Amino acid sequence: MNNQYYSKLIFELSREGRQGYSLPPNEFVNFKIEDLPRQLLRQEGPKLPEVDELTVVRHYTNMSNNNFGVDTGFYPLGSCTMKYNPKINEDMAVHPDFVGLHPFQPAGTVDGALEVYYNLQHSLAELSGMSEFTLNPYAGAHGELTGLMVMRTYHESRGETQRRKVIVPDSAHGTNPASAAVCGLEVVTVKSLADGTVDVDDLRPLLDDTVAGMMMTNPNTLGIFERKIATIAAMVHEAGGLMYYDGANLNPLLGRCRPGDLGFDIMHINLHKTFSTPHGGGGPGSGPVGVRAGLERFLPNPRVVKVSDDETDGFMVQHGDDSLGYVSGHLGNFGVIMRAYAYILSLGRENVKQVGPLATLNANYVKESLKDVFELPIEGVCKHEFVFDGLKDKSTGVTTLDVAKRLLDYGFHAPTIYFPLLFHEAMMIEPTENESRETLDAFIEVLRTIAREARENPDMVKTAPHNTPVRRLDDTKAALEQIVTYNFEA
Amino acid sequence: MAYKYFPHTQDDLDAMLGRCGMKSLDDLYQDIPDELVFKREYDLPDAMSEAEVRRYFNELGRKNVQLTCFAGGGYYDHYSPSVINHILDRSEFLTSYTPYQAEISQGTLQYIFEYQTMMAQLTGMEVSNASMYDGTTAAAEAMMMAVANAKKRNRVLVSETVSPIVRRVLHTYAKFHGVELDTIQEKDGVTSFDDLKNKLAEGNVAGVIVASPNFYGIVEDYTGWADACHEAKALLIMHCNASALGVLKTPGEWGADVAVGDGQSLGIPLSYGGPGVGFLCTSKKLIRKMPGRIVGQTTDAAGQRAFVLTLQAREQHIRREKATSNICSNQSLMALYVTVYLSLMGRKGLREVNEMGYSGAHYLAKRLVESGKFTLAYPDKPFLNEFAVKTDQDLDLLATVGALNDINIGIRIADDTLLICVTEQRTPDEIDQLVEVLTNPLSTKCDCDDDNSPQE
Amino acid sequence: MSKIIDGLYYSETHEYVKVEGEMGYVGITDYAQHELGNVVYVDMPEVGDEFEAGDEFGAVESVKAASDLNTPVGGTVEEVNEALEDEPGLINKDAFANWIIKLKLADAGELDGLMDAEAYRKFIGE
Repeated sequence: MNNQYYSKLIFELSREGRQGYSLPPNEFVNFKIEDLPRQLLRQEGPKLPEVDELTVVRHYTNMSNNNFGVDTGFYPLGSCTMKYNPKINEDMAVHPDFVGLHPFQPAGTVDGALEVYYNLQHSLAELSGMSEFTLNPYAGAHGELTGLMVMRTYHESRGETQRRKVIVPDSAHGTNPASAAVCGLEVVTVKSLADGTVDVDDLRPLLDDTVAGMMMTNPNTLGIFERKIATIAAMVHEAGGLMYYDGANLNPLLGRCRPGDLGFDIMHINLHKTFSTPHGGGGPGSGPVGVRAGLERFLPNPRVVKVSDDETDGFMVQHGDDSLGYVSGHLGNFGVIMRAYAYILSLGRENVKQVGPLATLNANYVKESLKDVFELPIEGVCKHEFVFDGLKDKSTGVTTLDVAKRLLDYGFHAPTIYFPLLFHEAMMIEPTENESRETLDAFIEVLRTIAREARENPDMVKTAPHNTPVRRLDDTKAALEQIVTYNFEA
Repeated sequence: MAYKYFPHTQDDLDAMLGRCGMKSLDDLYQDIPDELVFKREYDLPDAMSEAEVRRYFNELGRKNVQLTCFAGGGYYDHYSPSVINHILDRSEFLTSYTPYQAEISQGTLQYIFEYQTMMAQLTGMEVSNASMYDGTTAAAEAMMMAVANAKKRNRVLVSETVSPIVRRVLHTYAKFHGVELDTIQEKDGVTSFDDLKNKLAEGNVAGVIVASPNFYGIVEDYTGWADACHEAKALLIMHCNASALGVLKTPGEWGADVAVGDGQSLGIPLSYGGPGVGFLCTSKKLIRKMPGRIVGQTTDAAGQRAFVLTLQAREQHIRREKATSNICSNQSLMALYVTVYLSLMGRKGLREVNEMGYSGAHYLAKRLVESGKFTLAYPDKPFLNEFAVKTDQDLDLLATVGALNDINIGIRIADDTLLICVTEQRTPDEIDQLVEVLTNPLSTKCDCDDDNSPQE
Repeated sequence: MSKIIDGLYYSETHEYVKVEGEMGYVGITDYAQHELGNVVYVDMPEVGDEFEAGDEFGAVESVKAASDLNTPVGGTVEEVNEALEDEPGLINKDAFANWIIKLKLADAGELDGLMDAEAYRKFIGE
């Protein structure tokens, strides 16, 4: 349901003289902003909307109807772990005893907040097999950057400043090399084998005393567990490098395997993937970074530490001298931290063990149910996700993009498409542990229908979507015209 | 084994495993070498019911103390209208991801387009992204942007009047990214123009970072700065308080190339420092050097107006190590916060918020100076709603007395200097009470034993 | 079937050099523009910049891809094709007419290491 009037741009709903706010009276009006030197004030007010409260509410409510979220339906976006975002987490994130805390309140007035922060640090350490965590990084990419900073600081503390190379598999997400570059490291690519796992023979000659470390996900971007991980870690350690674990694909390991036990030294976790905090249209996220014993002192400042006496546990904010420095204003995205800890408490030690296995079961179930109509380039058991290389029947001319768009017509979000780059028509499917067999069956049925449509009525698939709020968009026009703000003069 | 987040019945498990040719969940992990499998119990609490989770946070919440906030320093206690949380709770917004499938993401794409427009209006710049984490990292991104733009020059100057919270993040990024970060001296609470000119003359400068208002709350006069920077081919980067941009001269008007800061002051709760939303606005000329996601207007196959992520070829998922930044986030939900806030407040509301902060802060400053126990740290410098005062009294003691009276008196920025902020949230009574605590601490009534705090 | 022009020099990264006297015009081949799709931006160097053979001198972007530009020969940039700033799509219309940079060649001998039209045709398998 959508109202054309209210879905216009908010600027188009603006009428001079309307207002959507109320403020208490100013009791000290004899102090006037006009007393500031004129050259320090803006000459013309910003063109912001003038709208009444109901218009604002209807406008954004109508816009929300043009959006699809996990709460709307199945969202099998590979590598993004679109799991259910429990409602209790949202309530806790805005808990009145936490939401008004100022980051620079006096010590002793924020003990509850510090305890949540500390407890989440330690739960993540236990779940991942690391020694200590920082929750300061604001997102996954920010965690990667922070983790690589830890890596460089470690080598520099040993006088090995020449270690500036980071090895990244060719299948890795683009963020890995981008983070390395921001961190002042040089990226060296290691090849994958036909089954998508790291080619150990290609890795061997890359290892020397200029290597700072290696970045990996496990399972990798194809959803395949890197069986030779122990060998790879031993080789990198032998050469004096550190192993970095990109936590993007941590979900299938929950309950079965810990990165720390696989030989990784530094890692980040995406709380918005594995620990159920909402993706919020792309953020805010949170990217805690964990390290193995011996690397704790390099973590970014400030840190939350426990100071216990005989009777009680206390917590304090600390700034260490060996730290790599500061990567955030304060202690990260605290609201996201509250949500993730609520999730861990809800799951408890019993249920957390089911997360990985059920996510893995769901992925394998979908894969096995569709591999007769979609091209499965890598056979065998997958973890939480897998990749199809387009429709099996290539004669129809229907591409992965077309299949993805047609899925929208049927009320499903599309998988991740054209990633990883190893396959031309990649579609990466990740159903999480929260999806029921009936949901998966419906999805499977629709994909089979689309495969049939591709043969019988390819044009309909190629022009999809047909039932969405808008049709296919002209990307080229957007890039060429670069209209990125509203034109008030038009 | 039924659990509220897992829909699998035993029947489901059997049927689904059967289709995969397996007998148990363990079979799904047959590819993991046994010695790598985690076998013991996790050392974690037992599962809690929803009521128990709530009780747990209620109990911890009681260990926090709710204080009337006179602290700023980059995090501001502004009022957040009720409408905002209700809109943010629309789970079509909350539970979606980056709008890759534009046809079913027009809600997110459209509000980001509106956000970009509003931030461009506030900063006086031409383009904006919605991808920065917070004000400190937005400044770091702008610093790296300046260096990328300059190609061979790698020196960036930052004023000593930029918040130390921002400067220490800049320092960290600079160290790893190979940026030579140098400071421009402060003189009487403002940045020395002479020192800027001297340091520009030394050469190799890619960018200059200043603040408005600065860390001491002072509104600096940057007349001539943009010309001086541009003559040296350096970008002028201005770190701003977003709310204050409703009244203060904009980075665009000063001739700056990049405006950065945190949008938290536009109605986002303090939430112990996060999440906020960094903003980064610049000119069209520099759009390709700008990190993060950008939404552009286009048309769909039926010719109607629609919005889409654009200029993506600059980004990390395509350019890998050559990308302008490693940022993948869209700080969307927080950008929505700001967008709804600015829709409600409009130009007039934002101005009133600033007027109330200005009036309250100047009233408070006057009272403190009149008491004879405080002096303004920079008496002849203009400020908006935040200012620094000096005193001979013990600031730790004042902070403690303040806390006992449920007041956060401000931020101690030197042994004898306190940074105080007044927003529209502070009532005349609260301001008078702060004056009482600060000027007469030992006789201030301590109501710490009264059981009147709301959470008890 | 892509257009290939006789008499030009070609690189394995799909740039061409058209030589006129001591000047070389460098652009991307028709095959390359076809692979890339609609070009929406060309990142170009500044006049006076010096490059050695193989150096990266810019990039071309389409909506969802980007490709680095490497000069097949060394030299000093004499001119950049400013028309591409306003209309990058010219490359799609005619990649050979719309060169990207004009170089004063440092060493004409470097041309010998490049492919001729025939070799390039084989290289792209047409």
